[in-house]
Amino acid sequence: MAITLNVIVQGVLTGLVYGLMALGLSVIFGVMRVVNFAHGEFTVIAMYAAFILFEMLGLQPLIVLLPIAAAFFVVGYLLQRSLISPFVGRAEHEQFILLVGLATVIVNGLLLVFGPDARPINLPYSFDSYAIGSLFIDKVRVYAALGAFAVAAALFLFFRYTRTGTAIRACADNLTGAAVVGLDVKQLYAVTFGLGLACVGAAGTLMATIADASPSLAQAYTLLAFTIVIIGGLGSMVGALVGGVLIGVSEALAGFYIQPSMKSMFSFALLIIVLVLRPQGLLGRRL
Amino acid sequence: MTNIWHNAGARGKLLCLLLLAVLVATPLAADRYLLSVLILVFYFAYLGQAWNLLMGFAGQLSLGHALYLGLGAYTATALWTLFGIGPWLGVFIAIPVAAAAGMFVGWLGWRFAIEGVYFALLTIAFAEFTRIGFDHLQVTGASAGLFLSVNSPGSDKWWNLGGGPLLYYYLALILAAGATFLVAYLRQSPLGYRWLAVREDPEAARAVGIDIFRARMIAMLFSASMTAVGGVFYGFYYRNLFPSQVFDIGRSIELILAPIIGGLGTIFGPVVGALILTPLGESLTALMEALGINAPGVKLIFYGLMLMVIISLRPDGVWPWLARRLGLSGARK
Amino acid sequence: MTALLSVRDLSKRFRGLAAVSNVGFDVAEGDIFAIIGPNGAGKTTLFNMIAGAMPCDGGTITFAGERIDGLRSDQAAQRGIGRTFQVVKPFPALTVEDNVVIGALLRTTSVNEARGIASEVLTQLDLIARKDQVASSLTLPDRKRLEVARALATRPKLLLLDEVMAGLRPTETDRIVAILRDLNRAGLTILLIEHVMRAVTALASRILVLHHGAKIAEGTPDAVLRDPAVIESYLGAEAL
Ligand SMILES: Nc1ncnc2c1ncn2[C@@H]1O[C@H](COP(=O)(O)OP(=O)(O)OP(=O)(O)O)[C@@H](O)[C@H]1O
Ligand SMILES: [Mg+2]
Repeated sequence: MAITLNVIVQGVLTGLVYGLMALGLSVIFGVMRVVNFAHGEFTVIAMYAAFILFEMLGLQPLIVLLPIAAAFFVVGYLLQRSLISPFVGRAEHEQFILLVGLATVIVNGLLLVFGPDARPINLPYSFDSYAIGSLFIDKVRVYAALGAFAVAAALFLFFRYTRTGTAIRACADNLTGAAVVGLDVKQLYAVTFGLGLACVGAAGTLMATIADASPSLAQAYTLLAFTIVIIGGLGSMVGALVGGVLIGVSEALAGFYIQPSMKSMFSFALLIIVLVLRPQGLLGRRL
Repeated sequence: MTNIWHNAGARGKLLCLLLLAVLVATPLAADRYLLSVLILVFYFAYLGQAWNLLMGFAGQLSLGHALYLGLGAYTATALWTLFGIGPWLGVFIAIPVAAAAGMFVGWLGWRFAIEGVYFALLTIAFAEFTRIGFDHLQVTGASAGLFLSVNSPGSDKWWNLGGGPLLYYYLALILAAGATFLVAYLRQSPLGYRWLAVREDPEAARAVGIDIFRARMIAMLFSASMTAVGGVFYGFYYRNLFPSQVFDIGRSIELILAPIIGGLGTIFGPVVGALILTPLGESLTALMEALGINAPGVKLIFYGLMLMVIISLRPDGVWPWLARRLGLSGARK
Repeated sequence: MTALLSVRDLSKRFRGLAAVSNVGFDVAEGDIFAIIGPNGAGKTTLFNMIAGAMPCDGGTITFAGERIDGLRSDQAAQRGIGRTFQVVKPFPALTVEDNVVIGALLRTTSVNEARGIASEVLTQLDLIARKDQVASSLTLPDRKRLEVARALATRPKLLLLDEVMAGLRPTETDRIVAILRDLNRAGLTILLIEHVMRAVTALASRILVLHHGAKIAEGTPDAVLRDPAVIESYLGAEAL
């Protein structure tokens, strides 16, 4: 029982980081309907960024969290303005090819630069844990989860209370309406993609403290992000976090009780079940 | 059949025959390396045709065709290694296995109105699910792989799909040419028209009496079955199978590139795409070797860049544009 | 004459809104029957239920002596109901000819025969010159005619036309009216939704007026168009 509880708590904490990554996809996919098939690749870039900053400059991930997120925002903004913008509204397979091309470039670029080996960040507290009764919780996971939660909350507030955030939501709800009332849709889309990538930048940085950076993670993360967004419900920010936690826990339990290599099998099974029984996702609006 | 031939136009006929004649005669002059490249071209043209049937004609995006490829490959290979059942018989078991999987995915997706990206994700989910399953399936060697021994009796005979490159060359050529003719035939049959209607507008298709579920299921049946045959070829050509390779999403992606680059929904698109992509990849590798750079990633980076460029500049694919240049008909979607 | 189509107590609700409520009428074989009513009256919804594109919440639809409510739209089409869409739905990337060939393939398994039917229908609708053009490149009036052509090619017993004359110039309207009259003379039963009153009075032998989802009048054009309730709720509003 105590062990199960331990596993679940670890899963919840990891799941929050997954959730933040998926949140980025939810924003991009939910607002622009662009299937960002390079999502996991961007996540892994962020992991490497955190790794390099730590190794070379000794900066801890939690310190570089915001700078990396900001840099990713800029990258996302520029990417949308240049490469992706012509593909908004185009057929899915065309977007898919574009982003798979981008993903291929990223993964192999990373392989070329860093090689296939996994790169861990060894923080002074990497192996510390908090003990609460019979619970032992990894310190890094707690920090990562708190960080993820904070960034997600900030994004939530942004969408709720700022003019730009409201305008982006308007674009997602009714594009023609938004254009008619004079919103600069192109600009808003660029900001949206920027925000999506900022989430990814933050999530990757946090992820680097609990998983070792390696190019081979990229594709799995892309699928993970899509799985979470669909399970949680497209267009629901809370849904992305809930989906992340759900997948985090399912992975942790399957990894512990069955086999680590089979953990994502359960995620995919969950995805199939949700697609069939509740295609709008757990917290999504009815389609 | 006579119909497609009739509609091909004089130039088209000539070009088709010429190409076939050249390809049939190629082994007389080609070395092993060139043959191996051409085998890959045919293989990708063949799989491209299979996938294009579902996506290009019936309009359903599958990103999980590795499932049918892998099931085909594993079924035939396991039948041979475990029971000594040869591939010419095994293929007739591999086809229904993959077809059943395809029908199940299709049924689930289309009965429950899962469309577009969601359908694509459903197909990925099934392929990945199966990949992990096979990673733990002991009878087929789990993640350690399944190997076709080269020295068990009869394994080098053509009737067991063993032998030199010539066998695989002609086999792949027949597959690719056969698939192209099949697709051309289907395209101008009532079924082909129905697929186009379903792709273009499902609701309007219904209004003219087309059972869209049925039409999509038939497309899936053809597509999955053809892919399974490609899987059997894959298994006996490479002679080793790993779930992490054959069921990988990378496989699914690789087999859809040729039709998309060549031209979705066209008959020659998959062929043209394969003729562009495979030699390009090979020459890049050769170039890297010549330059003494040992960086396999560079080829893939270039590949990725090329995908981005082509899809940005020629979203309809290369073939419609090329056909117009060459003054050929039949480039129509 | 026997009724080809009988609708009884047909109803449809969208959440709270009663789009169609308890509507009933008969369309006799060989008739041209018109449904009129202000925007949002529920005309298209009624059509969608008859054509099987939308399930009904209550009521029955009988076509050629057979209950067809609960059928899918492809099944309705197979039984002989052809339809057009108010917001046109061509197969955009296909040629005009292929669009119509697909319709014709409902009744034949031979593509050549289907081509024959298509060229007949396209000639009838003055579209034959455009047959190799891609449907998405057509002008709106041509697309409306393509809708009719595709539906006709399925050789329907009953043709449902949803505002095929909206947005056409008067000469084009007259042309379609003439075509429809010819088709009707050749035995086709037509049920049409139309705002263009000129066309309605020229064609219809019976008119049904729908208002807020309910039938407020039905009868011969003369009788209906003099009905005070109709004038108040529909024609009056139009006249303004
Ligand atoms: N799919 C739907 N979901 C919700 N409401 C709908 C739907 N279709 C129609 N409605 C509503 O039902 C009512 C009837 O619509 P319908 O399209 O049948 O009207 P109509 O008589 O065809 O109007 P028009 O002359 O403008 O074509 C309208 O209030 C419309 O908003
Ligand atoms: Mg209407």
